[in-house]
Amino acid sequence: MLKAGVTIKGTKEGLLFFLDDTRPFDEVMVELSDKLTNQSHAHMWDGPLMNVIIKLGKRRITAVEENEIRTIFTSHENLVIHAFESEDMPYLLELTPSLQVRSGTVRSGQVLTHQGDLLFMGDINPGGAIHSTGSIYVMGALRGLAHAGSNGDVSSIIAASLLRPTQLRIADTISRPPDQWNDKDIGMRFAFLEKKQIMVERMSYLSRIRPEKDWKENGHLHR
Amino acid sequence: MGESIVITSGKGGVGKTTTSANLATALALTGKKVCVIDTDIGLRNLDVLMGLENRIIYDIIDVLEERCQVKQALIRDKRCKELYLLPAAQTKDKSALRPEHIRDLTTDLKETFDYVVIDCPAGIELGFQYAVAGADQAIVVTTPENTAIRDADRVIGLLEKENIGSPKLVINRYRKHMTKDGSMMDIDEIVSVLSIDLLGIVPDDEQVIRAGNLGEPIVFESRNLCGKAYRNIAKRIQGEMVPLLALDKEIKTITKVKRWFGFS
Repeated sequence: MLKAGVTIKGTKEGLLFFLDDTRPFDEVMVELSDKLTNQSHAHMWDGPLMNVIIKLGKRRITAVEENEIRTIFTSHENLVIHAFESEDMPYLLELTPSLQVRSGTVRSGQVLTHQGDLLFMGDINPGGAIHSTGSIYVMGALRGLAHAGSNGDVSSIIAASLLRPTQLRIADTISRPPDQWNDKDIGMRFAFLEKKQIMVERMSYLSRIRPEKDWKENGHLHR
Repeated sequence: MGESIVITSGKGGVGKTTTSANLATALALTGKKVCVIDTDIGLRNLDVLMGLENRIIYDIIDVLEERCQVKQALIRDKRCKELYLLPAAQTKDKSALRPEHIRDLTTDLKETFDYVVIDCPAGIELGFQYAVAGADQAIVVTTPENTAIRDADRVIGLLEKENIGSPKLVINRYRKHMTKDGSMMDIDEIVSVLSIDLLGIVPDDEQVIRAGNLGEPIVFESRNLCGKAYRNIAKRIQGEMVPLLALDKEIKTITKVKRWFGFS
């Protein structure tokens, strides 16, 4: 017979639910919900308050999957999920957000907040702000405030077709541009953090400070 | 069914009321039935500019609180038969007012009038929300100053949240000599920052102040450039294609680039 997808053990700390990491997650969920709500067993779970620890084995789950498990357990109020555990690693899989595209105009008084890298097609006007946990690339004029790496990512950059910000922030560093912009200095620029200072350079300089992103003709990334 | 247009700016003193009075008059001069509403309660000015101050008996609060009929509160203009003013209240409390009341009022007025022009108070507080509540279209007035443009930008952002067609821009008090020596923003720059359609440019002229003090909007002056600018804006609102006034050679170039959208 097939090994059970959900094995339950009672210990001093509470109930341990072992979810088989070799079986598809959906299958395991069906079995779990069946074990908890099946008529013949259902009464078995009623009783005093009980700690539940979910053992995920080598599997890691997303926030959505965690919610799914929590929803299944809501059928028994006395079973309280105390912890999720994966072997040797944090159980939660953080989806690494890839570059996302937004367009429009961020006007005075408006704030655009974003998770991950952001490609913004449009202008950010004075008094408007754009905050992102990753890098910010603006195809348009950046005249307002831009804050990249708002969770502390010091490697994030801010690039814009026209970089004329009222203020730039990368991670915890805040910088104000010179009072007078050099009018000859037009064209794409990007801002990055170096020794706790925000620097502005032309785009071609990016491959020098981020060699890992440099493009090479044979199609391989430079290592 | 007519159309309601709110004239707003955010910043005070850029010429909302002057624009409202002149635009309403210009629209009426083209033969349309026009009603202009002053929503700047407590600081009414529109009646003064139009020279109708001494004819006020009832005001907008009287109408909204049902102390009189709308017809009784409307004041007919001295010169235009088809132009009416609904004045703001000067002393009454507006706290009981709700945006829905204004919306119902403008819906009523749109039955009888081709255009309902709403003069908005400065700021983005309650008064602004009342004025905007009843509008189908919005015109944002700005002057070529940084502060005015910043506030216009903020207001455009707020208007985009409302159920209103994309706002149109009027640049007021434009001085070509100051743009030329670089001490004022030029038209292209303003339009590119605000990124909305330009409806017209009104040059700076002392004559406007003089006319306002006499209670006779500048549009009646057939020779005056500002008057002409307002008449052109009125035409554009009605969907007519009118090139920008040649205030300056530089402006001519943008007439080619700029597309003209009238109101629907």
